[in-house]
Amino acid sequence: MVVVVFISMYALGDPTEVLIAPDASQEVRDKLKQELCLDRPLHEQFFYCFVGNVLHGNLGISFVHDVSATQLIFDRLPATLELAICALLLAIFIGIPLGMLAGLKPQSPIGKGIMTGSVLGFSLPTFWVGLMLILLFAVTLKWLPAGGRGETVQILGMQFSFLTRDGLIHLLLPAVNLALFKIALVIRLSRAGTMEVVHQDYIKFARAKGLSTPRIVFLHMLKNILIPIITVLGIEFGSLIAFSVVTETVFRWPGIGSLLIQSIAKLDRPVVVAYLLLVVFMFILINLVVDVVYSILDPRVRLGGRS
Amino acid sequence: MNTSTRSLLLEINSLQTWFDTRAGTVKAVDGVDLTLARGEILGLVGESGSGKSVMGYSIMRLIDLPGRIVGGSIKFYGEGTQNEDLVNATSDRMRRLRGSHIAMIFQDPMMSLNPVLRIDTQMIEAIQAHAKVSNKVARDRARDMLGKVGIPSPEERLQAYPHQFSGGMRQRVAIATAMLNKPELIIADEPTTALDVTVQAQILYEVRKLCRESGTALIWITHDIALISGLADRIAVMYAGRVVETGLVRDVIAAPRHPYTAGLMGSVPSNNPRGKPLRQIPGMTPSLSNLPKGCAFAPRCERATVTCQQVPQESPVGAEHKVRCFHPIESIPAQSRHDRIKV
Ligand SMILES: Nc1ncnc2c1ncn2[C@@H]1O[C@H](COP(=O)(O)OP(=O)(O)OP(=O)(O)O)[C@@H](O)[C@H]1O
Ligand code: SF4
Ligand SMILES: [Mg+2]
Repeated sequence: MVVVVFISMYALGDPTEVLIAPDASQEVRDKLKQELCLDRPLHEQFFYCFVGNVLHGNLGISFVHDVSATQLIFDRLPATLELAICALLLAIFIGIPLGMLAGLKPQSPIGKGIMTGSVLGFSLPTFWVGLMLILLFAVTLKWLPAGGRGETVQILGMQFSFLTRDGLIHLLLPAVNLALFKIALVIRLSRAGTMEVVHQDYIKFARAKGLSTPRIVFLHMLKNILIPIITVLGIEFGSLIAFSVVTETVFRWPGIGSLLIQSIAKLDRPVVVAYLLLVVFMFILINLVVDVVYSILDPRVRLGGRS
Repeated sequence: MNTSTRSLLLEINSLQTWFDTRAGTVKAVDGVDLTLARGEILGLVGESGSGKSVMGYSIMRLIDLPGRIVGGSIKFYGEGTQNEDLVNATSDRMRRLRGSHIAMIFQDPMMSLNPVLRIDTQMIEAIQAHAKVSNKVARDRARDMLGKVGIPSPEERLQAYPHQFSGGMRQRVAIATAMLNKPELIIADEPTTALDVTVQAQILYEVRKLCRESGTALIWITHDIALISGLADRIAVMYAGRVVETGLVRDVIAAPRHPYTAGLMGSVPSNNPRGKPLRQIPGMTPSLSNLPKGCAFAPRCERATVTCQQVPQESPVGAEHKVRCFHPIESIPAQSRHDRIKV
């Protein structure tokens, strides 16, 4: 993958054209190219400059910002993580109850209404919904700010918004926007799961024991439908981080998504490559977490369970 | 065991449970009368699709849409209850009755325990749903009950998950769970059908013993008439949503009066002469949404006459022996009976 990105970024054009004023002398140009290792042929750029640096734990210096690409990404990462986690929580705590309700009463107006809502959540484009949210809540009603991160608090050297009131207010709209598609997805999954589980013998047996409806729904059914939902959400969390690009751009949220867009526009290859490596690493990490959660929820996949 | 000498526990009158499906109304239970005394064991027998499970679910009021109880009454004379009609009981009242006064066990032991919850969770909650009992006490009761149904080292097994048990052991867990609150009635819907024959016999024996000890009445649903003869006091034979014959087991088994019961008896392997093909009832189980007018068994019945285009009513043919047939088989010794049934 790195090779593909490397080559396509090379094909896109010469970063020095963007970085340097058009009237700069050839001398300045050559010096910069040499510094950035752009004066060599592509394969040498890759093996000599890039791989060599990576082996020293260095993903390169941003052509544009003149700081290490890793540094740049990690400065921006907390903002994106915060946004993605918030969206994930919204998806879980809104999507699962609504989906279960729709699954328990599929024929009722409520059930049908929830499904219609989820179809909208699936089909409306994220950027458009984002703009509409801004138009409604920020411009017309003036309840919420239109963009930015608001006040932040520093923890372990990272900036977070969710701990201040102002930050939370700024977080709300982008999180809802980013979560919308996932909420729709979770509604679908939990509705389908509920409709399947509700007819299982163990639910009938639970009812035959005289258990209360809340206990049957929130323990017996929920724990069973959570298994597929967690799997899908794990995969989707990766994509929340990777593709929060649109929401971050619409709401001027200073995360890695908007960094990526800027870097592509400026042909800042080291940043793009570092971003992609980070995303790959995240996906692996998330898969690991999902596997662990999965084994907590489903006793059948636990190791050494059989006696 | 005589219904009249013991006090009544359950009295079902002209119960009707129908399913509204796209293909029409399925009258799964259509006018069933049934009584059960305290501590009595009743075998409910019939072919697949005759409405046995729907009967059981109706008593538990566990019929889901598109099914509904459209008529009749289910009087329950439980301890500390006031002759209530379960058909009209509120859903909260039914929740209180289920599991404490009336329990149910299902056919498939692989499916009736929740796969993601531990056995102790599933047993303790059954106790705590009906009484304020500490976890410790409830757990002890669960453990003792597991021991009673023949589960070795119950203390450790409490912490296991269902997938760690064999089918027979799971069914024992389900039985133990059903018995936790000492119900007055247990409805067992073919609980041994999915198990192999030796396990089936053990479980049958244990359930019978436990019910006798605790005075629990039992409705054992099965399609195996031979199995019932060793287990039950009384038998009720269902055909197409109706009870066509009831009576004490020894009377019905020795001399079935309804042609359908006779057919069921005739198809039991041990009642067949060796070396000859197994006798079977001719024809197919009818579709419940499109039953023939009059006696539903008529198309398959060799005794049928024009009279049988009317619906036969239940009529007594002996002490506690009733049959729904215009031309019941005369009481004749079992040996000669076999000759009458077409091969
Ligand atoms: N949910 C349902 N929807 C429609 N019809 C149903 C439903 N449940 C049961 N029935 C119908 O009711 C009839 C009786 O079913 P039931 O399950 O009581 O049969 P059974 O005697 O228990 O048979 P088996 O021995 O196969 O368990 C069947 O013809 C079935 O089609
Ligand atoms: S009523 Fe008629 S058709 Fe029905 S079982 Fe009796 S003899 Fe046969
Ligand atoms: Mg059945």
